[in-house]
Amino acid sequence: MEQLPALLIVVPLLGAPLAAMLPNGRLPWLLATAVSWIGLAIAVLLLMQVLDTGTISYAVGGWPPPWGIELRIDVLNAFVAFIVAGVGAIVMPFAGMSAAKEIGSRKQSLFYCLFLLVYTGLLGITVTGDIFNMFVFLEISSLSSYTLIALGRDRRALTAAYQYLIMGTIGATFFLIGVGLLYSLTGTLNIADLAARLPDVVATRTLHTAFAFIVAGVGLKLALYPVHLWLPNAYTYAPSVVSAFIAATATKVAVYVLLRVLFTVFGADYSFNHMPLAPILMGLSVIGIIATSITALNQVDAKRLLAYSSVAQIGYMVVGLTFITTAGVTAAVTHVFNHALMKGAMFLALGAVAYRVGSTRIRDIEGLGKAMPWTMSAFAIGGLSLIGVPLTAGFISKWYLILAVLERGWWWLALIVLATSLIAVMYVWKIVEAAWFRPLPERNAGVTEAPLGLLVPVWLLTAANIWFGIDTRWSVGIAARAAEMLLGVAP
Amino acid sequence: MDVLGHYNYWIVIFLMMAGLYTVISRGNLVKKIAGLNIFQTSVFILFISLGYITGSAAPILEDGVTLYSNPLPHVLILTAIVVGVATTALGLALAVRIREAYGTVEEDEIHGQDEDF
Repeated sequence: MEQLPALLIVVPLLGAPLAAMLPNGRLPWLLATAVSWIGLAIAVLLLMQVLDTGTISYAVGGWPPPWGIELRIDVLNAFVAFIVAGVGAIVMPFAGMSAAKEIGSRKQSLFYCLFLLVYTGLLGITVTGDIFNMFVFLEISSLSSYTLIALGRDRRALTAAYQYLIMGTIGATFFLIGVGLLYSLTGTLNIADLAARLPDVVATRTLHTAFAFIVAGVGLKLALYPVHLWLPNAYTYAPSVVSAFIAATATKVAVYVLLRVLFTVFGADYSFNHMPLAPILMGLSVIGIIATSITALNQVDAKRLLAYSSVAQIGYMVVGLTFITTAGVTAAVTHVFNHALMKGAMFLALGAVAYRVGSTRIRDIEGLGKAMPWTMSAFAIGGLSLIGVPLTAGFISKWYLILAVLERGWWWLALIVLATSLIAVMYVWKIVEAAWFRPLPERNAGVTEAPLGLLVPVWLLTAANIWFGIDTRWSVGIAARAAEMLLGVAP
Repeated sequence: MDVLGHYNYWIVIFLMMAGLYTVISRGNLVKKIAGLNIFQTSVFILFISLGYITGSAAPILEDGVTLYSNPLPHVLILTAIVVGVATTALGLALAVRIREAYGTVEEDEIHGQDEDF
């Protein structure tokens, strides 16, 4: 039990080269699925342990922190690790059929090697308590996700991956510059130790610079408007499983990094009172929510539409955290979880469409409501959740966000949230209309329902959307505890 | 302030700006990667400069030496160099694949073939 934090990283990290060595075929997939389930089991155990007994600190190699690398797991990152591991454990079984069809049979073992590396990197970012270690895991997950995106069938996947590589590397290097400056100020890389030492050097120009570099770097990884341009192409042209996994986890982990940096490393007081960050982040997010929601309306490809919608959803999370109130941060963390559920379900449903039809353009979805009723109903439920209809997870996020907004008395912002939800109704309707109210075109006449191997993961996530829309004690309860911990309200 | 004494930091800033400018302004995908590499290299020099103390020795215990450099930033940068090499290799590999698929590595020509880029 004591070794669980390390095992969460070590198991998938060892699984990756093992998958690469296995012969192509079903074996690498079976291994990756087993690893992802073990990962989920570990993440669940860790989460339960943290909820019971509080923060876990694990000294890697027995070197006590702050000298050695510390893995530090509190309510917030146990929750994020659970999200990553949970989505991974659901997406991996789906990959079996979907990736076999979309990625050449000769690349199967390498594909699962990369997939496990992304999984390792994302989990590593969440559990580590060392800021340089965070950079290394960030790059492990980024480098392998560039490669995964480039595996898409369309040649534009290559240019999308290239664009992402350039933007992602600039972001990560900015983060690294910031880390270097922090180290020069404090002589430590341990997050808890940094947090304790930074108040002594608050007035220095170096700290201002470090802060700016780190926030800008994380903003790039987060796809914060207006540096989101890499995201739509990357999500659109990546193989279906990769889109689903990355959309549901990568940006969420970046939101976690932002929360951790702003609230734990620099402290809410420095981030928002010494630095004028709240108006900047909020302004950009609000413009981003409106602009990308409208852009989503004009898309002809369903995956691209969801990608733009993702940028808008990231805006809601960032808006939530700029309130610096328990309600606001609770809304942000809740939305991290709920958005992973809804986008995971929707991208997986589109993956099932791509499996049968070979395309996710809205033109090719026409009439699928009758040909693939289960897939499209899952998509529609995900869409309702995205809009924020009651009894779905999305409603809970919007509800808490609006509560937090009204607590501040900013009714105009509440109106913007409602208005952009209406835009979400319009873009989700675009796809629903094509699926149910248009006839099935000749070329898709032979299309039948997706196989069970694809439907089960899709419906697991869809059911989770409904479940966490009705029973919020667990999801919101943890988010609230995480928010209280970040803001230092509760012990 | 000692301007010339901090010459390594001036080099860092020059390389950083030159690299970032190359990434942004060049349309050739290979040149962009070169710019990115220069940008990353500037950060390596930044870290190494941070760890160095004027007149200090390498951190190996020896009689008569009292002033040591801090080895930690240097070790960190070994990791960052590995990351940089991997990024450059991957970027160039993508450029090769893009040339195979489009027949060019010029951004505007690719844009002419595919609107999305």
